[in-house]
Amino acid sequence: MCNRLSQAVFAVAMCLLALPALAVLPIAHWQTANGAHVYFVESRGLPMLDVSVDFPAGSAFDTREKSGRASLTLSLLKLGAGGLSEDDIARRMADTGAQFSGRFDSDRAGMSLRSLSSPEELNPAVDVFARVLQHPDFPPGVLEREKGRIVAAIKESDTKPETILSRRFNELAYPNHPYGLRSSGEVATVSTLTRDDLADFYRRYYTSDQAVVAIMGDLDRKQAAALAEKLTADLPRSSAAPSIPDVPQPARAQMSVVPHPATQSHLLTGLPGIKRDDPDYFPLFVGNYILGGGGFESRMTTEVRTKRGLAYSAYSYFAPLLQRGPFVIGLQTRKDQAGAALEVVRATLQDFLANGPSEDELAKAKQNIVGGFPLRIDSNRKILDYLATIGFYHLPLTYIDDFVPRVEKVTLAEIRAAFARRVDPAHMVTVVVAADPAALAAAGVK
Amino acid sequence: MLSGTIRRALAAIICAIASLSLCVVHAAETQTTEYALKNGLRIIVREDHRAPTVVSMLWYKAGSMDEVNGKTGVAHVLEHMMFKGTETVPAEQFSKIIANVGGRVNAFTARDATGYHEQLHKSQLPLAFRLEADRMANLKLSRDEFDKEIKVVMEERRLRTDDRPQALVHEQLMATALVAHPYRTPTVGWMSDLENMTWQDAREWYDHWYAPNNAILVVVGDVVPREVFALAEKYFGGIKKKVLPERKPQNEPPQLGTRRITVKAPAELPSLVMGYRAPILHDVDKDWEPYALEMLAGVLDGHDAARLNSDLVRRDKIAQAAGAGYESTQRGPGMFVLTGVPAVGKTIPELEQALRREVARIVSDGVSEEELKRASAQVVSSQVFQRDSIYFQAMLIGSLEIGGYSYEAMDIMIEKLKQVTAAQVQEVAKKYLIDETLTVAVLDPQPLEGRKPAAEPAAGVRHVQ
Repeated sequence: MCNRLSQAVFAVAMCLLALPALAVLPIAHWQTANGAHVYFVESRGLPMLDVSVDFPAGSAFDTREKSGRASLTLSLLKLGAGGLSEDDIARRMADTGAQFSGRFDSDRAGMSLRSLSSPEELNPAVDVFARVLQHPDFPPGVLEREKGRIVAAIKESDTKPETILSRRFNELAYPNHPYGLRSSGEVATVSTLTRDDLADFYRRYYTSDQAVVAIMGDLDRKQAAALAEKLTADLPRSSAAPSIPDVPQPARAQMSVVPHPATQSHLLTGLPGIKRDDPDYFPLFVGNYILGGGGFESRMTTEVRTKRGLAYSAYSYFAPLLQRGPFVIGLQTRKDQAGAALEVVRATLQDFLANGPSEDELAKAKQNIVGGFPLRIDSNRKILDYLATIGFYHLPLTYIDDFVPRVEKVTLAEIRAAFARRVDPAHMVTVVVAADPAALAAAGVK
Repeated sequence: MLSGTIRRALAAIICAIASLSLCVVHAAETQTTEYALKNGLRIIVREDHRAPTVVSMLWYKAGSMDEVNGKTGVAHVLEHMMFKGTETVPAEQFSKIIANVGGRVNAFTARDATGYHEQLHKSQLPLAFRLEADRMANLKLSRDEFDKEIKVVMEERRLRTDDRPQALVHEQLMATALVAHPYRTPTVGWMSDLENMTWQDAREWYDHWYAPNNAILVVVGDVVPREVFALAEKYFGGIKKKVLPERKPQNEPPQLGTRRITVKAPAELPSLVMGYRAPILHDVDKDWEPYALEMLAGVLDGHDAARLNSDLVRRDKIAQAAGAGYESTQRGPGMFVLTGVPAVGKTIPELEQALRREVARIVSDGVSEEELKRASAQVVSSQVFQRDSIYFQAMLIGSLEIGGYSYEAMDIMIEKLKQVTAAQVQEVAKKYLIDETLTVAVLDPQPLEGRKPAAEPAAGVRHVQ
C-alpha cells in the first residue's frame, strides 16, 4: 500500500460502489489522562504533520461588558508563555520552519501547528506549542500594545461596508445574545480589558476536559498519544461545562438601511438557523446547495447574476453552531440596483419555500455532493478540519462514512419541511449598507 | 513525442508499471512528466497518489499584460465569456456538467496568464478534457451573453477595487511606478474601458490567443501520465495551431527619481506602500540577485520573528503592521515592495523613516547568518507543506512555465535560495532599494460621513465597429 491516506481514500471510491462496510477514514479516538478528547488519522504520504487544539472559548463566551475578551485571550497565547518572550517564541518557531495558525469564531477558539515530522524540527516546535497552550503569561506590556492595535483595527474595520453589514445583521438577528456580539469586541470594551480578565477567561475556558485535539499526518498512534499528552497535561481542569443560551427568533421581520459612500450596496437577509446537531442538517445542507450554495448551479446565482447581471456574487448558507447559527442570503450590487436585487432575492426565496426544489434539481445536487465527496478529504488540512469539527460538535466517529448515505437519503419533502421550519420570512432581518433610499423606495422595498 | 527529460519520464513510467511497494519508497518524492502534442499544446503531469482526485489546469499565456490601450480588462472579460457556451455546450452548461459529476470548476485571470481549472474524482478527467478542448476551439460568444456578463464584470470591479481602499492604492501605485509596461494597468481593466468594450473585442482576444500552441495543460493528482497524455491527444490533438500575434516587449524606460502619490478613500487608518524597481529571474542557474532579493524579503518579513514585525511592530511600536514582498518569477518587470500602517499616534512620514532605517541597517551592517538560516528554514518547510494541496502544486507548475521557466527549475531554485550568502543580501539591498527607482503611494483616509460617493463616469457610448 502506498500510504494510509490513499488507502483510506481508496475506500471512498469503494464506498461509492456500494460497499459501505469499509471505513472511509480510520479515525482513532481516545482521551488523555486528564480528559482531553483526541482524534487521530495517520498519513505517511508527506513528511509533515498537523495538530490542532480547540476549546469552547469563542466570542459566544464573552459578555457585553467585556466583549473582545475571548479573542484577545487567544491572540495573546503565543505572545509570551512559559518564560519565553514573544520574540523567543517567534524565533524558535521560525528556526524549525513550523507554522502556527489560529481558529476563532463564535463557538471555538483554538490553535494549530503545522510542522515537518523530522524530530529536529518537530520536537522544538511542539515544545513551544505546549508552552503556549498551557502556560501563557499574558505579559502586561504586550497586552497594552495589542489592545491598541486591536482598537485601531476595529476602527478601520468599521469603515468597511461588509463589516458594517455583518455587525448590523448580528445586532438585529441576535439581540441580547452573545452571537450578536462582535468577535473582536468594541473599542470601548477592548480598551478596558485587563490581564486578570484574560487570565480568568483562560482558566475558565481553556480546560483539559473541554479540549479537542486533532492530529493528522506522519506519526503513529503511540507518538500521537504522547503528543496529545504533552499538549494538554498541564491545562486547567474545569468545574463545569460552559454553555451558550438558546437563541430566540427575532420577533418580526426587520429592515435596516445604513448609509455609506461605497459605489455598491451590500445586502444581507436572514435569521438564526440551526444548531450543528439539528436533525434537519442534511435536508437543509442539500436544499441550500440548490437555493444558493451551489455556485453557478444555484438559483440565487442564476437569478441574480446569470439572468440579470446584478451582482458578481450572490449566495446563501447555513452556519450551524452550538446554538442556532445564522442562515443568510447575501450579494453586492451597484447602488441604484439594490431595490431590484432585493426583490429578486425575495421572490427566489419565496418560490423556493412555496414549491421547493424540483426532482431534477435534487438529483443534480446529490450528484454533485456525492460525486465531489473525495474532494472534501483529499488533503491533510481538510481531514484535520473534519477531525476537529467531529470532536468539537460531538459528531459520530462515523460522520465521514455516513456523509454520502445521509445525503443520498434526503427527499424533496424533507427539504420543503425543513425550510418551512427553519426559514420563515416573517422573522427575517434584512440589512442594506450603502443603499440609495430612493432606489429602494422606487423598487417598492419596505 | 516525449519532450520532457528522459530521466524523469522514465522514472515515472517505472513507477507506473512497478509494484505498489515501490510507491512506498517514493511516496515523498514527486514524479513529474512532460509531453507535447504536434499542435504545440504542452502537458505536464505530476503524480500525487494520496487521494483519488485530480486537478486539471489549462493555462493560456494571455494575461492582462498582453492587452493594448483602450481594451484593458479584455483578458478577464473573455475568461467570464468562456462559460457562455460553444456550438455544442450551451451557456452555463460547462459548470453544470462538471458540477453534476461532483467536480469544482473555476478560472482566474492574472497579469501573465489566464487559467481554467477543474477539480474532480480522477475517473472524470476525460470529461474535463473534452469540455476544455471544446471551448478552446468552439466558443460561441454572442452579443446577448456579452451584454449581460460585462455588467457582472463591472460589479466585480466595484466590489474588488473601487470600494477597497487598499486595492485602489495598489492600482494607483502600479499606474505610477510604470509608464510603458502593461503591468501598469489593472487586470480587471479601467472602468471606462469596460464600459466601452464590445463583444467583438472579446472575440478578437479569443481568436488571437486561444490556441493549443499558446497553452499549457497541467494535471496533478492520482493519475498515470501516459494515460493522461493519451487523453490529451484524443481531445486536444485535433485542434489547429494558430499564428500568434507578435508580443511587443514594451520595456520600461529607466526611472529617474522618486515618484509619490496620494490616494484619498473612505478609511480610518492611513497606509504606505514603497515599491522599488527590481530584477526578475532570467537564468535559473546563473542569476543570483533574484534569489538574494527573495531572501531579503524573507529576512524582513518571512515569519513572525522577521525584522519588520519584530522591530517596527513589537519593539518600537511605530507600526500597526509592516511587510515586505518580492516575486522573482514573472513575465514582466519586478518590484520589491515595503508596506506599512502606522501605529496610532504615529505618522506616515515617521513610518517611512522607520522602514528606510531598516533598509539602511541592512545596507550598512548586513544580515546575520542566523537570520539567513531562519529565512531558509521557511523555504525548506514550505516546500513540503505546499505539497499537501494538489491545486497549489498545479498553480506552482503552471506559473513557472508561463513565466518562461521550466517546472524543473523549482528544485534548482530551492537549492539556490539556500545558497544565498549574507553578503549577497546586503549587496542587493544596497543596489536596488534606492530612491532613484522608488515609488511611494499613501492612503489618505477620508471620513465616511458627509461625502458623496466617487462619481461614476457616465455610461460610455458603445464603440461601433
